[in-house]
Amino acid sequence: MAPGSASSPSPSFPASRPWAAVGAMAAAAAAGPSPGSGPGDSPEGPEGEAPERRRKAHGMLKLYYGLSEGEAAGRPAGPDPLDPTDLNGAHFDPEVYLDKLRRECPLAQLMDSETDMVRQIRALDSDMQTLVYENYNKFISATDTIRKMKNDFRKMEDEMDRLATNMAVITDFSARISATLQDRHERITKLAGVHALLRKLQFLFELPSRLTKCVELGAYGQAVRYQGRAQAVLQQYQHLPSFRAIQDDCQVITARLAQQLRQRFREGGSGAPEQAECVELLLALGEPAEELCEEFLAHARGRLEEELRSLEAELGPSPPAPDVLEFTDHGGSGFVGGLCQVAAAYQELFAAQGPAGAERLAAFARELGSRYFALVERRLAQEAAFLGCLTDVRQALAAPRVAGKEGPGLAELLANVASSILSHIKASLAAVHLFTAKEVSFSNKPYFRGEFCSQGVREGLIVGFIRSMCHTAQSFCDSPGEKGGATPPALLLLLSRLCLDYETATISYILTLTDEQFLVQDQFPVTPVSTLCAEARETARRLLTHYVKVQGLVISQMLRKSVETRDWLSTLEPRNVRAVMKRVVEDTTAIDVQVGLLYEEGVRKAQSSDSSKRTFSVYSSSRQQGRYAPSYTPSAPMDTNLLSNIQKLFSERIDVFSPVEFNKVSVLTGIIKISLKTLLECVRLRTFGRFGLQQVQVDCHFLQLYLWRFVADEELVHLLLDEVVASAALRCPDPVPMEPSVVEVICERG
Amino acid sequence: MEDDAPVIYGLEFQIHIIDFDDENNIINKNVLLHQAGEIWHISASPADRGVLATCYNRTSDSKVLTCAAVWRMPKELESGTHESPDDSSSAAQTLELLCHLDNTAHSNMACVVWEPMGDGKKIISLADNHILLWDLQESSSQAVLASSASLEGKGQLKFTSGRWSPHHNCTQVATANDTTLRGWDTRSMSQIYCIENAHGQLVRDLDFNPNKQYYLASCGDDCKVKFWDTRNVTEPVKTLEEHSHWVWNVRYNHSHDQLVLTGSSDSRVILSNMVSISSEPFGHLVDDDDISDQEDHRSEEKSKEPLQDNVIATYEEHEDSVYAVDWSSADPWLFASLSYDGRLVINRVPRALKYHILL
Repeated sequence: MAPGSASSPSPSFPASRPWAAVGAMAAAAAAGPSPGSGPGDSPEGPEGEAPERRRKAHGMLKLYYGLSEGEAAGRPAGPDPLDPTDLNGAHFDPEVYLDKLRRECPLAQLMDSETDMVRQIRALDSDMQTLVYENYNKFISATDTIRKMKNDFRKMEDEMDRLATNMAVITDFSARISATLQDRHERITKLAGVHALLRKLQFLFELPSRLTKCVELGAYGQAVRYQGRAQAVLQQYQHLPSFRAIQDDCQVITARLAQQLRQRFREGGSGAPEQAECVELLLALGEPAEELCEEFLAHARGRLEEELRSLEAELGPSPPAPDVLEFTDHGGSGFVGGLCQVAAAYQELFAAQGPAGAERLAAFARELGSRYFALVERRLAQEAAFLGCLTDVRQALAAPRVAGKEGPGLAELLANVASSILSHIKASLAAVHLFTAKEVSFSNKPYFRGEFCSQGVREGLIVGFIRSMCHTAQSFCDSPGEKGGATPPALLLLLSRLCLDYETATISYILTLTDEQFLVQDQFPVTPVSTLCAEARETARRLLTHYVKVQGLVISQMLRKSVETRDWLSTLEPRNVRAVMKRVVEDTTAIDVQVGLLYEEGVRKAQSSDSSKRTFSVYSSSRQQGRYAPSYTPSAPMDTNLLSNIQKLFSERIDVFSPVEFNKVSVLTGIIKISLKTLLECVRLRTFGRFGLQQVQVDCHFLQLYLWRFVADEELVHLLLDEVVASAALRCPDPVPMEPSVVEVICERG
Repeated sequence: MEDDAPVIYGLEFQIHIIDFDDENNIINKNVLLHQAGEIWHISASPADRGVLATCYNRTSDSKVLTCAAVWRMPKELESGTHESPDDSSSAAQTLELLCHLDNTAHSNMACVVWEPMGDGKKIISLADNHILLWDLQESSSQAVLASSASLEGKGQLKFTSGRWSPHHNCTQVATANDTTLRGWDTRSMSQIYCIENAHGQLVRDLDFNPNKQYYLASCGDDCKVKFWDTRNVTEPVKTLEEHSHWVWNVRYNHSHDQLVLTGSSDSRVILSNMVSISSEPFGHLVDDDDISDQEDHRSEEKSKEPLQDNVIATYEEHEDSVYAVDWSSADPWLFASLSYDGRLVINRVPRALKYHILL
């Protein structure tokens, strides 16, 4: 071992091999008789003092390691530890061992064990020597090291003492220095405070220019921050003139700033977030929130109204608006998004305003929202399926008329309309049905089970549709049809038939369908089928009545023109039936055909059905003659009156514009009644010459020949036409009637 | 108690003056001969009860001319003191011609209207498409054409009827031609308003509300009676559709303008109550200080529920078309109607309604 390494009290030395062997030995000794040690381990021999010493050493080691004898004795392994014959045991007794050997072993064995013992002793001795030798060096170097350490420590102690004194001196010095520097430090602190104050003052003095600069550069946020920082100080020291000046300056600039901000705010070109920023800054400047909030809303309103306008423009007066989905999408993104943005910004900015502010916002949103919804509703209204169908029908009606072809099959058109409407209804029912589908999560909510089905679908959709259909149809009777020009009469007729069909079958069918599909649970009152049917019937009746009026008007106008524009006093002797009468008959026939396509024949009075044309004309003309013969004598005016009055007593009053029944005959009767009544009134307003009267006679006879077959009660036509001729005779200063036979001849020729 | 009504009989053209004694329910008839021709329109002077103007047809050389003239009734009739129910028809008297509304330039006088409030010096006649304002001079013996205006337009325009507004110092006249109503200012003879397509068909008659200066009623061949506010002519204020044929006449009651009378060629006369657009306060105003008796008050309120616009009565006495209706100028509750067959019917407003309006 190197003495250098021994000098240091390095802990690594026990790891070296020789010491390890000693350690192992010691351990083995401490562990008592280990099975591996064997009987030859214990030193045996003539020198008995060695084991003694060893035992002592053992004891000391054991003591050192804290192993009691008992512990060693408690080991389960190995032979009895108290066995005194065990060479390695703690209680080894050489005498006992020798006795035992001598007594038990033969000589040869004794000899063997003796040699063995000797060999062992020798080995042990050499081992011991080696160990001692090896450890001796170490002990020496350890001693050296210890000695050296002792020296070092002494030196160190001296140095420590010196250090202590030095430290004391330093402390002393330091205390002295601090004492001397004390007042200076205070002054420095004060100076630093003054410096800071000066910087603040500088900031204040520079504030106006800075603010100006900020305003110029447009860094409004920065400016507002500066202002906010300075505000309180300036407020506090405003009694000092210089500060006051600054404050005034600042106020001027701030005012300008506020103005600029407002300007920017008002220009409004910038988007919502920028406006919000402006408002935020203005609020920070202490502008009245109330006013700002008003203004903010006004601006937002401007923007949103523009959106609404653009939507409205999209709606436009012209019907071909864009797709509904597109429209709602546009509205949703443009208007609703904008409104949400405004609302969010508002709540953020004016949260301090409390409920009043919130109320204002609510009112604002409500107003604009309602306008938006109104627009959307208008758009949706344009989608109405029924109107679409109507347009189709109108086109279908108008197209062939232009082409001059045979009129379209009205019945066919009717079927088309009916089926297309029905399919529309079914489609929308299917669409709505999705809401109640089992898969949809909200379909189980009570609303969708009950109210939605009965109120929403049945009442709102189906009943509403039928009502609106009736309403739309009725509107054709009112507004534009005054002149009869706007609505083609055929359309009126068709709609009337459509409504009648609804009344008889379709309504109950649709409602049954709805009830089946939606399993309406009856807790809300629903419109009964009968009410709807009544409504549809009323609509049909009104439409048909209107049809009669319109057609009657067309013919009346023709008759009126023919009476009013003619000079009846200087008419020539009649040779022909006037063309207009032929036209009237033609038109009536056309109407008859048209109505016949959609409505049933209806009932007539029995008498007319078998009266042939020939007999009828004879009968009527003879009757006619009898009727107004007395009035030819101008000397007896009272007789005429008396006669006509008596005759009227027995005839029923003719209600000209009476409601019509749903059949062809009734419709035609209505039209003819209106036309003839017009003729009568017009005739009464004119003065006739002799030939004028005769012409009227001819015309009336002609009408009688052809019109009787259209009406329910031919008596009616007789009566009215008689009345016309009688009135013409009254209005004639020289009433000489034509011979009935001549009249007949002319009429047959015409 | 006097009612004037023209009746046309055959070729003898007469004017019948009918006295109706309300208290005794007696009708007296006096016949005046109108020899000039058949009468189409008649109107009495508002200032002189003995003076009247007529439009009449004159047939000559197979041509019909419609002229207008101003006439005076014989003095003894004018006084209206004919109490004795003698048969006056036997002694038919003749009207005294005051002047012709000279019509050499314009034929076909459709209607003559007197200035309603004036001294009976001004008269307007409508001829074809001309509106002529005449000044009557020298106690109505001479008519001078003061001014005129004419309607220009395509087609043959022809006035059918006209009325002189009693409001605005009598400076407004309304006329009807075809389906159009027009208002005229008589000072400048210029058009002041025009209601195009007032009715779907020919407008037959019109009348001014006597109490509300801008309100006007019209009727026509579309069986409707419409009420207009001349300040807003785009929409009628109200439309009645009660008749089933042409409405020939519409007349406001002279003092209670909620009562409107219409006559139609469906031979009915209809009396309507148009409370909502009359000068009467609409709806009943409950007096606040009248809280003396709760029970009494309640019953009173029930009986005095505000009247709604409705038809008061439909008179079906006529057998033929009714061509003229008018209110009595003496008794506001009395009216007469005349039909084609020569029947004149005098009716009263129902008593219950009368008391309701008065009380």
